[in-house]
Amino acid sequence: MSEAALWWTIIGAGLCTWLLRLSFIETWQWIPVPALLHRALRYVPAAVMAALVAPALLRSGGAIDLSPDNLRLAAGLVAAVVAWFSRNVLLTLAVGMGSLWFLQALTAG
Amino acid sequence: MATRREAFGAGAAAVVPMLPGIAPFGVIAGLTAIATGLTTVQAMVLSGLVFAGASQLAMLQLVAEGAIPAVILLTVITINLRFAMYSASLAPHFQHLGRRWRLPLAALLVDQNYATTIQRYLHGGDAARRHGHWFYLGGGVTLWLTWQTATAVGVFMGTGVPREWSLDFAIPLVFLVLLVPALSDRAHVVAALTGGLVATLATDLPLHLGIVAGAASGIAAGLLAEARHGTDAVR
Repeated sequence: MSEAALWWTIIGAGLCTWLLRLSFIETWQWIPVPALLHRALRYVPAAVMAALVAPALLRSGGAIDLSPDNLRLAAGLVAAVVAWFSRNVLLTLAVGMGSLWFLQALTAG
Repeated sequence: MATRREAFGAGAAAVVPMLPGIAPFGVIAGLTAIATGLTTVQAMVLSGLVFAGASQLAMLQLVAEGAIPAVILLTVITINLRFAMYSASLAPHFQHLGRRWRLPLAALLVDQNYATTIQRYLHGGDAARRHGHWFYLGGGVTLWLTWQTATAVGVFMGTGVPREWSLDFAIPLVFLVLLVPALSDRAHVVAALTGGLVATLATDLPLHLGIVAGAASGIAAGLLAEARHGTDAVR
């Protein structure tokens, strides 16, 4: 990609993302959000966050891998338990990364 | 005046526990940008304008693969569609503000800032609601500055971080902590299970449509579960 094309892609991505963020905040007065959409919106965080987490844990090297060899799934499950009870980002990160490193060292050795 | 400053400070304080989760993500965004061939300025402008890690990383991957700009922009829009949903959710609370407030406020809308602010609007008292946009601003500025600093660290580390550290694993761990409070009742659990399953099965779809497919089906499943069983608390 040329230098100019790369610049326009970066600026375009920023502009598109800002317009998405602005969308309903700006159009609310003219286009009220329908009641069904309003109810549906409550499920967005649960559905989106799960959609971001699950493939990262359940897929290994592109393919779905539910075996114990999938170290990220094992470490993710340990981190999920910590996240559920503590709701603490730093603690979850420490336990999750630590579990992954431990499992990697175990399987490498 | 003091209450505005208090709201700004409370908003900043509310996102502080999330910063250690965001910093590694920003570092990865910075070093991936450099590894992809972006200049230091381009890497910083990318993080400053887009300010959304998942879409930035997907975009860099497509740049490396030589995708055309139209496909790259479509991918970014697809991954960031959730901001339009956050926008609709916060919109009623921002209507009393002038456009001079709304345009820049929108630029600071990210997952963590949305989560803390909507909580304040829905469950805070009248006083908390009145200065809600200052609370949001405090969180947004804190998150943006952290994101820029972390990106800069990644840019200067460049390609020096060993892959064996698996720092990219921090990304799903952060999303995991954001997922937990969203599982407030049975319908939300159904939404998450469906969203996660569909996104995992649909990852092979072109243009990273797996996340959108997962989100859409998760929301539909949540609404269906709510219609059938109501909203039983799970804990």
